[in-house]
Amino acid sequence: MSTNLTPEPMMAADGLAPMVPRLHTVQRVRQETYDTFTLELAPAEGGGDSAFPFAPGQFNMLYVFGVGEVAISISGDPAQPEKLVHTVRAVGATTKVLGRLRRGDTVGVRGPFGSEWPVSEAVGRDVVVIAGGIGLAPLRPVVYHILRNRQKYGNVVLLYGARTPSDLLYTKEVEQWRGRFDLDVQVTVDRASASWRGTVGVVTNFIPRARFDPSEAVAMICGPEIMMRFAIQEIEERDMKTESIYVSMERNMKCAVGFCGHCQFGPTFICKDGPVFSYESIKALLNIRGI
Amino acid sequence: METLEHILAEHPFFKGMDQRYLELLTGCASNVRFEAGQYIFRAEEEANQFYLIRQGKVALEAFAPERGAIVILTLAEGEVLGWSWLFPPHRWKFDARVVEFTRAIALDGACLRKKSEENHDLGYEFMKRFSQLMARALLATRLQLLNVYELNP
Amino acid sequence: MLGPAVREGAIVYDEIKSAADLPAGWTDEQEGGTYRLKRRGDDALFGYAVGPHSWKKFLHPPTERLWQADRKGKTFQVTEEKPDTQKTAFIGVRSCDLHAIAVQDKVFLNGRYVDRLYQARREQAFIVAINCGEAGGTCFCVSMGTGPQATSGFDLALTEIRERDRHYFVVEVGTELGAEILAELPHREVEDREKAAAEDTVARTAQQMGRHMDTANIKELLYENYDHPRWDNVAGRCLTCANCTMVCPTCFCTTVEDVTDLKGEHAERWQKWDSCFTKDFSYIHGGSIRATPKARYRQWMTHKLATWIDQFGTSGCVGCGRCITWCPVAIDITEEVRAIRQAPQSPKGSLTGDKHGNT
Repeated sequence: MSTNLTPEPMMAADGLAPMVPRLHTVQRVRQETYDTFTLELAPAEGGGDSAFPFAPGQFNMLYVFGVGEVAISISGDPAQPEKLVHTVRAVGATTKVLGRLRRGDTVGVRGPFGSEWPVSEAVGRDVVVIAGGIGLAPLRPVVYHILRNRQKYGNVVLLYGARTPSDLLYTKEVEQWRGRFDLDVQVTVDRASASWRGTVGVVTNFIPRARFDPSEAVAMICGPEIMMRFAIQEIEERDMKTESIYVSMERNMKCAVGFCGHCQFGPTFICKDGPVFSYESIKALLNIRGI
Repeated sequence: METLEHILAEHPFFKGMDQRYLELLTGCASNVRFEAGQYIFRAEEEANQFYLIRQGKVALEAFAPERGAIVILTLAEGEVLGWSWLFPPHRWKFDARVVEFTRAIALDGACLRKKSEENHDLGYEFMKRFSQLMARALLATRLQLLNVYELNP
Repeated sequence: MLGPAVREGAIVYDEIKSAADLPAGWTDEQEGGTYRLKRRGDDALFGYAVGPHSWKKFLHPPTERLWQADRKGKTFQVTEEKPDTQKTAFIGVRSCDLHAIAVQDKVFLNGRYVDRLYQARREQAFIVAINCGEAGGTCFCVSMGTGPQATSGFDLALTEIRERDRHYFVVEVGTELGAEILAELPHREVEDREKAAAEDTVARTAQQMGRHMDTANIKELLYENYDHPRWDNVAGRCLTCANCTMVCPTCFCTTVEDVTDLKGEHAERWQKWDSCFTKDFSYIHGGSIRATPKARYRQWMTHKLATWIDQFGTSGCVGCGRCITWCPVAIDITEEVRAIRQAPQSPKGSLTGDKHGNT
């Protein structure tokens, strides 16, 4: 079983042990939807580094004093490492408390961990970004990176689906992207609200007609596992090669450094071999229930 | 100028269909266009046509008195609108409201049903495509139903 | 000094003060789900196999504080736990356990991140190995290529020879430190016949293995049999009690626990042993990935024997037999492998081929 090569870690010069969080301060909190919010962090004063370099696809472990720690993808602009951005869905104790933090509060950060989206491999090729629900958060850094280096890529398509219009993330930004001439953005919801005038249907419906060349494109898919599996099926029907399709996987995460064993997915550790995988490398694993 | 036959042949639905059958079908086809806001058909109306969308966007809607019009599905270029013409009672189940200016090929249902009865080979080619369409639509609907974005409590 | 001692009916590893604390004259009878101590006819100091403890108890402790933090207004200050500088001596490390330590070294020292606390304890440990004089009832180190002869990873390795009128140890020096320590003890150059006696002892032990595991292509075997009905069979017996993971010398899984005092002023992060057999181990928003005992047993066994090889380059199993002895329902990992090997399935659920058996 081949696994992804992981890039060199971007560790701070302070040499802190990987289990020790580095203090960051909340700069902004923005409510995205009724249960999802975005935190913008900056390294705390006297914390050493003034920036947090990361690659698209990587994640951090966010620690709330006295509550706990949780793995959250980085969803900011990799070209702006002084702003550390995370979009969080409030589902458990720690994420709920994270959502109640305000400017000036402290968050412990460990990371960045994990493998990255193949933005380098995709240079010179068409790119298809397929996001479902909160899956847009770990993919947003890809869009930022591509837009900053737009001339390096071919046709770029973003397909984004959520459950209902009130679940859509980054709506203003997505609208801006949609307005660009060099980006093909399709947004859909599974269930419409009375006021929704956009497309209704599963995001995979867009795939057959999306404008990209399957013979050389790179696909990056993130969302609930079922959605990713069906998206892969659709995109394979367009004859995309399995080595050019990438997904982001999720499992229980405790240490994020390969010691605790929780995030194992077959022979891979999601924290170090993933979370981004080429579909080729984990194809067999996706079909085994309870692996 | 593009002939109707040409246009039919280019639409994804008829991809690969034998020239002879396309010729037969052209007799049942016509070019149509709809402005945004127009209703192509309404639920309960007699269903006599189906539409190959060439350009634009159409929303399939259900109407619930207390909720108003609910969009169930949006169809765009390359997709096919309307199955109710295939089987009795030949009545539309939903409303089809034009979201964006839409150009389509309308195919006359009665004409098609007659030709298919006369030429079973044509009918079979047709059914092959239509059933695949339905299978895909069923899969998509199931995915919508699965509510993949929901987290289990 | 840490070594074997009799405690509550078992030979465990504990602090010992001298050779007088060793289980002289004791042996163990081990079988699936069975462990009993019995008196020997002689006073051999190491005349038993391995007990429920392994050296991970000291190198990778069951609970370990990683750091402490104290609230300071809106922020907090973290104090990392300092690595242990306590020098330790492990007395009586069996070859299987030497390999187990090497296996855990690969996990904690050879990856991208290094567990500094493990590293410190590892560096401070002086290892005196013992070449087993008899095999345990569930041992299969020979199958796994991990014994009974200790070949590396020790400072000193002893073979106990208990003859009718002589009781001595043949010593092999492993490191310079080992040589230094040996220099302080009364010793002499080994005679040929004494050396032969040591070799015979180990050779005899190798013949007495209680179990055997065929490891040929075991990775592929397990990768191709994720849907084998044997998993349902073992799931019907497994209690998911996690004993096997506790006694296994290579199991390393832990959980991270963040705790705080009642006032919310002081917080600590602890690392604690965890087991893939618990339902929560694989929990993510709303459900566990491995929700059934079948999935969890399969995870443990395929990790131990197959995916470990892809992850760390060796098997995770050292053939110590502890999981067999300490399983309350006597599930035998060698038997489970045998059952799958005897009737391999077509690779429907397979990591090496597609659904149709094509590779």
